[in-house]
Amino acid sequence: MELRDNVKYAKTHEWVKELGDGVVEIGITDFAQDALGDIVFINLPEVDDEVVMETPFCDVESVKAVSDVYSPVTGVICQVNEELADNPALINESAFDAWIIRVKDVKEHEDFLSAEEYETFANEEA
Amino acid sequence: MELKTPIYDYHVELGGKIVPFGGFLLPVQYKTGVIAEHKAVREKAGLFDVSHMGEILITGRDALANVNMLLTNDFTVMEDGRCRYSPMCNEEGGIVDDLIVYKIKDECYLIIVNASNTDKDFAWMTAHAFGDVKMENISEQAAQAALQGPLAREIMTRVCRAEELPEKYYTFTREMEVGGIPCLVSRTGYTGEAGYEIYCAAERGEELFRLLLEAGKDLGLIPCGLGARDTLRLEAAMPLYGHEMSDEITPAEADLGFAVKMNKDDFIGKKALEEKGPAARKRVGLRITGRGIAREHCDVYIEDRKVGETTSGTFCPHLNHAVAMALLETSSASVGTSVSVDVRGRRIEAEVVSLPFYKRA
Repeated sequence: MELRDNVKYAKTHEWVKELGDGVVEIGITDFAQDALGDIVFINLPEVDDEVVMETPFCDVESVKAVSDVYSPVTGVICQVNEELADNPALINESAFDAWIIRVKDVKEHEDFLSAEEYETFANEEA
Repeated sequence: MELKTPIYDYHVELGGKIVPFGGFLLPVQYKTGVIAEHKAVREKAGLFDVSHMGEILITGRDALANVNMLLTNDFTVMEDGRCRYSPMCNEEGGIVDDLIVYKIKDECYLIIVNASNTDKDFAWMTAHAFGDVKMENISEQAAQAALQGPLAREIMTRVCRAEELPEKYYTFTREMEVGGIPCLVSRTGYTGEAGYEIYCAAERGEELFRLLLEAGKDLGLIPCGLGARDTLRLEAAMPLYGHEMSDEITPAEADLGFAVKMNKDDFIGKKALEEKGPAARKRVGLRITGRGIAREHCDVYIEDRKVGETTSGTFCPHLNHAVAMALLETSSASVGTSVSVDVRGRRIEAEVVSLPFYKRA
């Protein structure tokens, strides 16, 4: 499983990257994309939608199944990666580059895990 | 507790992602992933472990009479070495299982049933047995591999005598060697592609799987899991028990009327099917035209009126769009009908299309 040190991790298998000015970028982890298999559809939210911590904001469908993506933060979506709508397989190719949304006005966030902690956690779940 | 097929250890060695299915631990996919595995079968060849399928042997002087009573299809006129598909109905005309009968010879029939139904089927068959007949559940003695795809024949000819291979669809060769292993080989499959299903003794299953993979490696043969098996059968519109069929769905509703011979003297379920008359609902194909994927058990609407429910659905890698099969009321089931499907509270557009979604050129 690929891990990156410049992001933080949620137990629901999302990664969060701070972009500065209170904006964060959210995607799903490499572990999550591997567990899902080939992703063929993503139901993206819209800009200005509010996201709530521990609540789904989007769903991804692999050939096998559908899976909710949870927001690790509470805030307002300021950007959506529309490229994924046409090519959701980008998440399989590079989960940490294929961000899904950017969120501003972050009011609240989960207790994040470090890369090392997440690795231990994910291995226990696997 | 799930069983392991004789090829289990090799799946793990190959990097298969193991899941429980029909009482067995089987790979849902290998490292290549469902899409690559699906495409390999459509374009080259794929190898599946289908050892989980059940095998029931029916022998004796009244074997034919029993088979004809248990099953809806007619087996009276059938040459040795032929396969024939049939639903098996309950007294109400619902489907107990769908299966394939191999006629080994007179008074000897091999029946291939769905893994998860093996015990139920065997109990049903033995409960309805009559006369001079012996029924044996030999599922644990057999391993089965399915080699499917346009290059399947070329691969087989590398490990067996080409002239022994069954040529016609739904025929089989009972005793032949594949890489030195005694096998039964049939021209059957569950992918909509040309190919073979190869049966051998359980203890030689792994050896068979290995030698077939090796024989086809340079031609692009890869091992394929349950995920691709499902997307392939769906694309080819082959029904799956528990989805398009159940003990409450009749063969006519599942569009399997071709395998029900109402002119036979009698079979279990015949009376109920006669009384039911024309089917009030029918299995159809849906092409999803909106954005999203409909899976099973999604309600199907015409405007605000519910007209049925999906039974299976997925994204089809070869067609590159989502499809579903659904049971719709007959009056709303004609090709070209526009419907919408409720996918987790969101309506997506779809159209009734003719089946199969994919047909081999």
